[in-house]
Amino acid sequence: MNKLIKWGLPLAGLGVLAAGWWLGLAWAPPDREMGDVQRIMYVHVPLQWMAMLAMFLNFVAAVSYLLRGNGSWKLDSTAESAAEVGLLLGALGMVTGAIWGRPTWGVYWSWDPRLTSEAIMLVTYTGYLVLRRFVEDPDKRATWSAVVAILGAINLPIVWFSVRWWRSLHQVQSSPKTVDPQMVLPLRVSAIGLLLLTIYFLVTRYRIALAERQAEVALPDALPGASASVVPDAHKVA
Amino acid sequence: MSRPAPLGVLGATLALLRKDLLIEWRTRARLNAIVFFALATLLMFSFALGPDTRLLEKNAGGYFWLAILFASVLALGESFRIESENACMDGIRLAPADARAIYLSKALGNALLLVALGTLLLPVMVALYGVKVVTGFGDLGLVLALGSLALSAPGTVYAAISSNARARDVLLPLLLFPLVIPALLSAAKATTLVLQGDPMNQLNSWLGLLLGFNLIYWGVGFVLFPRIIED
Repeated sequence: MNKLIKWGLPLAGLGVLAAGWWLGLAWAPPDREMGDVQRIMYVHVPLQWMAMLAMFLNFVAAVSYLLRGNGSWKLDSTAESAAEVGLLLGALGMVTGAIWGRPTWGVYWSWDPRLTSEAIMLVTYTGYLVLRRFVEDPDKRATWSAVVAILGAINLPIVWFSVRWWRSLHQVQSSPKTVDPQMVLPLRVSAIGLLLLTIYFLVTRYRIALAERQAEVALPDALPGASASVVPDAHKVA
Repeated sequence: MSRPAPLGVLGATLALLRKDLLIEWRTRARLNAIVFFALATLLMFSFALGPDTRLLEKNAGGYFWLAILFASVLALGESFRIESENACMDGIRLAPADARAIYLSKALGNALLLVALGTLLLPVMVALYGVKVVTGFGDLGLVLALGSLALSAPGTVYAAISSNARARDVLLPLLLFPLVIPALLSAAKATTLVLQGDPMNQLNSWLGLLLGFNLIYWGVGFVLFPRIIED
């Protein structure tokens, strides 16, 4: 099982992703209006889907952590890994979107509601990860960051539905009904490949996070600044 | 010996709010600091952009709310500092005060401070930027109240968190700014409409967005705040 995740998952993910990209680059027809430029969709759209999925996982883990009571390091580690992987994928998705936007719209960046809400989302999760670095006590870090994750997750539906609420530059989400079947297939295959890779990233990062948490809880004195923060904290707000 | 009857959430909120306002009234430290900070910010906008009164007047709503947002970071950061001295927060919790009452009183107190700040900034803005209030002071008061409430609801949650973390001065704006962008946007647009007239009748939809933002974040803050300050 362990070997399967360590070697099988990334290899399968890369293989499926390669197949999807080959289909997208060589097999699918070019777009009627955008031509070959449109082929970046097979990279950009799966990245954004997986970013949303990871952020949603972060939200679910945060809510479960608060409901389950304290001390569930597995849920806290899930939340941390999901936020980091989601931020990475979302940032890559934004860069590929900008590369797509330059030839299509004439600009790398426009203050379109989709782009703006996505940027807000990425900054929100950056803040979440920064908060995690600035709190030493693992219990407090887990609770506080879960609260921050829930407050930040209110943005996610705004990002997702922004293209429908404010019809502007960014096109509406594509669906098999609106896209040629020859484009749906490579998009689906690329998304499945990236999904496998995302799961691999999540599992790997989760294991690191869990090991860190367990080390922190087992050896609190070994933490940097641990001896300094124990006494004054008792008199502070939380 | 008979015990005094325990206060409900509302009673505890009002008692704590009264205490905070009394401290604020006696020192006036926070209000003085944020008023001068916000005034300096308003002045800086006119220096940074050059003395173009038309441009300043056109964007006055945005500058007004940016000044309030920057000042709110100072006000929010200070709001938990008085409780961190002499273990006051433990005393309040042992009183016993419901954690949700602590949240409501702090968030309401912060919102009141921002409303006071906005009221004091307005005449300065009239003088510096030459704005007129077209659709009436009632609308302006409503925008100011809703906008201040919208900044302080998530802001109080984050202030409680960041007041105990390392690098608190960096953390609060980093967490707060992206989150309040919808509120800032709708408050600035609504203020601009109040100052320049509302021919297309858009004011109500911006106020609705602001109200929705308030309902979501006051609700979430009310539910989640006890988890932040529990020990």
